Amino acid sequence: MPPEAAKPVVSRGWRGRRSTDVDPARIPPGQYVTRDFPVLSAGPTPHTSLELWDFSIIGELDSPRRWTWEEFRDLPSEEITRDIHCVNKWSKLDTVWQGVSVDTLLEGIETSGEYVTQYSDGGYTTNLPLEDITGGKAWVVFAYGGEPLEPEHGGPARMLVPRHYFWKSAKWVRGLRLYLSDEPGFWETNGYHNYGDPWQEQRYQGD
Amino acid sequence: MAGTAVPGRLTWELAELVEVIVETPHVKTIVLDVPSWPGHRAGQHVDVRLTAADGYQAERSYSIASALDGTRVTLTVQRLEDGEVSPYLTDELRPGEKIELRGPIGGYFVWEPSDGGPLMLVAGGSGVVPLMAMIRTRAAAGDDTETRLLYSSRTPDDVIYRDELELLSGNGLTVVHALTDSQPPGWTSYARRVDAEMLAEVAPSPAERPRFYSCGPTPFVEAVAEAVVRLGHDSLAIKTERFGPTGR
Repeated sequence: MPPEAAKPVVSRGWRGRRSTDVDPARIPPGQYVTRDFPVLSAGPTPHTSLELWDFSIIGELDSPRRWTWEEFRDLPSEEITRDIHCVNKWSKLDTVWQGVSVDTLLEGIETSGEYVTQYSDGGYTTNLPLEDITGGKAWVVFAYGGEPLEPEHGGPARMLVPRHYFWKSAKWVRGLRLYLSDEPGFWETNGYHNYGDPWQEQRYQGD
Repeated sequence: MAGTAVPGRLTWELAELVEVIVETPHVKTIVLDVPSWPGHRAGQHVDVRLTAADGYQAERSYSIASALDGTRVTLTVQRLEDGEVSPYLTDELRPGEKIELRGPIGGYFVWEPSDGGPLMLVAGGSGVVPLMAMIRTRAAAGDDTETRLLYSSRTPDDVIYRDELELLSGNGLTVVHALTDSQPPGWTSYARRVDAEMLAEVAPSPAERPRFYSCGPTPFVEAVAEAVVRLGHDSLAIKTERFGPTGR
């Protein structure tokens, strides 16, 4: 590959449209603020009935854990307000969710696994180091803006890992699999970055 | 493809505007020359970056419309009236001027002739762009994979690539238009939104195991994907790319 262009080429006459009502420090590089909620999915939207839905923690632990929808909804939940950042350039500020902290789900679990893969209905997977979804960094959310989460946005439940690009927050999540070693997920094996930190602009492989 | 086995960082490259082609009242194709272009597969996209005189930058993603053709890369861009980047690309950029571009990007919503078919492409509006790259790739390779394009537009004037699609039809390619809002006199094809009945009529049967690719606005792709699954096709056989917000 040739070296990166030393200086960005200035686009004659282009000024751009800057958000005047947003603190620029909240917007990661290359992102713009949207008020819509765009949808990005690689396939059809799955529809799993709540009677059949469950959430599991499997893989590198003594005995797997499993919650039915009712058991899951009986867990303590909290309201979470965060900015979210999609690799497709949009950021949405102050999104409000209701969900169960991953810390609650992992309580009392002993594992030597240092990596975790979120897996979903429809076959989607995404991976992160375990430490990136623990310590108040990730939730399994079931409501958005005070309403039950719509299927298009990942309902009945999706992950929320707001410190990473939003593909690291799996829609239609059904469980976490703990691993001893890192197992790249769906987009991570299709050209996207393995870690996906928006503040480092880690969009694609090699970024 | 001149790409390396171990993917390096996708760097920002200079792209020079060669030509602008008016496709419809709201859509233009910009033909770019990218001397460092490493090659791409049909269905991939690029990131475009504009920089203002004071250093402010904006990035957007655009699907590649062209088949692999040396250093030529064409993007088909819909002008969004309140858009930050698209009006500049369609109306301000002049031949000889440069923008920055990075790509190709995406390894899932892609098709190559060796992937085979039958291929069932379902486009809503400017969602036809990455599907056109597949049709052009197929044509450029002299490939005769059975391919059907079901293409929904609002009015006759909104149909992108109309003449070229007509020209490329045959050799296993069938193009079926649906015009949702207005139709020309004597229109005999579909005059409604894409639905399950239409897909059942146009698409190969589940037994033929077609590969579906659908791209368009979110509500369009949601409806198509639901219908395809309801018709008995494998949910993993449909690859989707959505743009814009959810329907209200």
